[in-house]
Amino acid sequence: MSVDLSQFIPSFLEESFEGLELMESGLLNLQPGDNETIHAIFRAAHSIKGGAGTFGFDNVTDFTHLVETLLDEMRDGRREISSVDTEILLESVDCMRLLIESARDEVDFDQEKISQTTKRLTETLNADSKQEQSKNVEVKTTIEGETTYHISFIPEHSLAKTGNDPIFLFSALAELGELTTKANTQDLPALNDIDPQELYLSWQLTLITAVDKSEIVEVFEWVEDECLLEITAAETSTTLNDKTEQEPKAVIEAEIASSNQEVESPTIVNSSNNDTDKAATKNKGKSDAGSIRVGVDKVDSLINLVGELVITQSMLSELGNDFDMTKVEKLTSGLEQLLQNTKELQESVMRIRMLPISFAFSRFPRLVHDLATKTGKEMELVIKGEQTELDKTVMEQIGDPLVHLVRNAADHGIEATEVRVANGKPAKGTISLDAYHQGGNIVIEINDDGAGIDTDIVFNKAVEKGLIDANTTLTDSQIYDLLFEPGFSTAAEVTDISGRGVGMDVVKRNIQSLGGRIQVESTKGKGSCFKVHLPLTLAILDGQLITVGTETYIIPLIAIVESLQIDNKLINRVSGDMVLYRLRDDNVPILPIYQLFNLETDCTEIDNALLVVVEADGQKVGLMVDDLLAQQQVVIKSLKENYQQVTGVSGATILGDGSVAMILDIPGMIAMALKQAQQAQLDNKGKEKSKTGELV
Amino acid sequence: MNIQDMASEIPVEGEHSLEGIDFITSGDQYLTFLLDDEQYAVDILCVEEIRSWEQPTKIPNAPSYVKGVINMRGIIVPIIDLRLKFTIGKAIYLETTVVIVLTYQSENSSRTIGFVVDAVSDVLNAEPHDIKPAPAFGGCVGQQYVDGLINSESKVVTLLNVPALQQLEQHRIHS
Repeated sequence: MSVDLSQFIPSFLEESFEGLELMESGLLNLQPGDNETIHAIFRAAHSIKGGAGTFGFDNVTDFTHLVETLLDEMRDGRREISSVDTEILLESVDCMRLLIESARDEVDFDQEKISQTTKRLTETLNADSKQEQSKNVEVKTTIEGETTYHISFIPEHSLAKTGNDPIFLFSALAELGELTTKANTQDLPALNDIDPQELYLSWQLTLITAVDKSEIVEVFEWVEDECLLEITAAETSTTLNDKTEQEPKAVIEAEIASSNQEVESPTIVNSSNNDTDKAATKNKGKSDAGSIRVGVDKVDSLINLVGELVITQSMLSELGNDFDMTKVEKLTSGLEQLLQNTKELQESVMRIRMLPISFAFSRFPRLVHDLATKTGKEMELVIKGEQTELDKTVMEQIGDPLVHLVRNAADHGIEATEVRVANGKPAKGTISLDAYHQGGNIVIEINDDGAGIDTDIVFNKAVEKGLIDANTTLTDSQIYDLLFEPGFSTAAEVTDISGRGVGMDVVKRNIQSLGGRIQVESTKGKGSCFKVHLPLTLAILDGQLITVGTETYIIPLIAIVESLQIDNKLINRVSGDMVLYRLRDDNVPILPIYQLFNLETDCTEIDNALLVVVEADGQKVGLMVDDLLAQQQVVIKSLKENYQQVTGVSGATILGDGSVAMILDIPGMIAMALKQAQQAQLDNKGKEKSKTGELV
Repeated sequence: MNIQDMASEIPVEGEHSLEGIDFITSGDQYLTFLLDDEQYAVDILCVEEIRSWEQPTKIPNAPSYVKGVINMRGIIVPIIDLRLKFTIGKAIYLETTVVIVLTYQSENSSRTIGFVVDAVSDVLNAEPHDIKPAPAFGGCVGQQYVDGLINSESKVVTLLNVPALQQLEQHRIHS
């Protein structure tokens, strides 16, 4: 009994939240007759209840017990799975989350919501369990012939020392049937005389069960020699049965647990309570410093690497024991191996921070489901690219803006079912979430096939709100930008989902604070698409190492179309200063990096130089480089952290030799080159395909 | 507080150990360094580390006083040559040239930048009243960088303001 339980509370909380997520996603996909899912949901609820009982979160236990009862009926096929029940269960999941959160932060919870849901749950349970109950009682008394056993359990004081805990016995008993317990505290010494390792209690138990007496004895098998045990069978009784059924057994368990601890080991309980306090305050202050779930494969690869590191280390230390100059070569190769090992180790550790974006996406099925119910529209959610990896920090912060965008799509985007049908669209609206890597960025797309953005309405609204002048002419994309102005909302009526006009500007600000940007595309009547571009702070990128002068740069592999050696015949000098390279049907402008970055290099001659053709935002350019080095994965480090955003550079990385290399930002470089060209005031830019307006 | 608590737990053999601790807690300490032959100082609590000069990786189109970035145990740290920034002395890189890495922690952010100086000289103790306001008679070092002057024996040390030093001018490409 002397185990300090509070140390397990964080893992309990984590597991509970996971369990809740599991319940939620299970409920959303629940089909009648899908026993597997029901079982999974039930198991999740059950372990939450068990855990909560152990840690004394009584309100969680009580509430979960009700949920469990309902689930149990579904599991046994006593209750049809109906959408009404699923709704109630989903609501209950919310309540459980609320309760667990309040237990974690030690704050009060929304009592009203809980009691409302509790009421609904009990009503649902009672509504059809009345006939069930009468049946049950019948079953219990007549067919199976349950017996009431009175068990007197007086353990020796040293019982706890042998690692036995009465609570386990009682839970085992509770599984056999309905259990009532009564603790006898008369043997308790004064508080000062209490030895926290001793057990001073004894119990009177009443068990109503169909099983044989021998099975009850079996439960006590391990403690037989350490207690006085007396089991007597009473007459078959229905009155008692009714009485016990009213009291949820979980509560009793929890009571035993708490009373047991309190009397038995006051000192320990006190200290653990303090710890809980501390943990809770910590949680309140910094709830995002939580833990990460890591795939076993990642951990395995780490263990492998550490294994190799140990081998290298032992090799090197053996070499050092008796070293002479003849072994220099061995030493060098050993050191190289060490370098390799450490580098790989570093990379693996970095990878641990990367999580698939499904963590952020997982909440959306529920959200869309709720929104569909609330708005009365039919819609479904399609998720793609959920395996795209994103840094944990970015993931945590992108959640809320995404929720907002999805809500908007559901509320403003998707039309009412009748309207959809009238317009010849499928009755069910589709919202899709897609995530993918693009040119060193992560792009998250939120698409809907709804009404699209009506530029006229937006324009008029903006005029009405005094954001723009009625006479200005704006392009579509400029009009879409108005959506992100503070205080702008186009919803005809304010709903409790969205429409208060305090959203999109916050969304934009949040995304910008992550160093990203948001882009809107929309076709009236066809739907809209919000693209969130996020930088991969700390993310890992496949890069091509190049050199210019003395510097090494990294070009994101994803941006590279091809690398080639310049064939002099294909160079065209046009319109004065501009150099184009004929790449099959395309004319690609050549940008020498040394000019762009003001570097000194010996390779200024275009003839036979190496050209890396890159593409960004539909524009191809050829970057002239001195040399191509290896391709490797690099960990992106932010320059902004200690310095500031640098045009043409998206970040930096640390190479194998410990030096820093800049990662090139291809769109930025193209924009930079355009700016330089504009400043040089080229007379004729006709053949250059770029349209400045499209580039940032 | 904590140090004093700890100090009281240290078995008192002589007064030395306690004296040492008193010495740390009383007054403020400043790291002094040389730019050409002038003495400058920064709050020692901001000093992350002092490193020898190494050629950093250049930042494209950065101002001349931004020498580039280095890797300090996985952190990308920009390097600013104070001699170039303040136009004092010659920006030559010798064996004694050092980089003082300063970290300034403000309420919600912290920034680490390395500054190239000619040499690190000493640690100076000064009470707040020892710091005299600097007369506003020009000089290459802008007023916003100077917190005050401290007399140290016969010399005068310019106390620099770390947050101001770390404030980067927004520079744009000039081509």
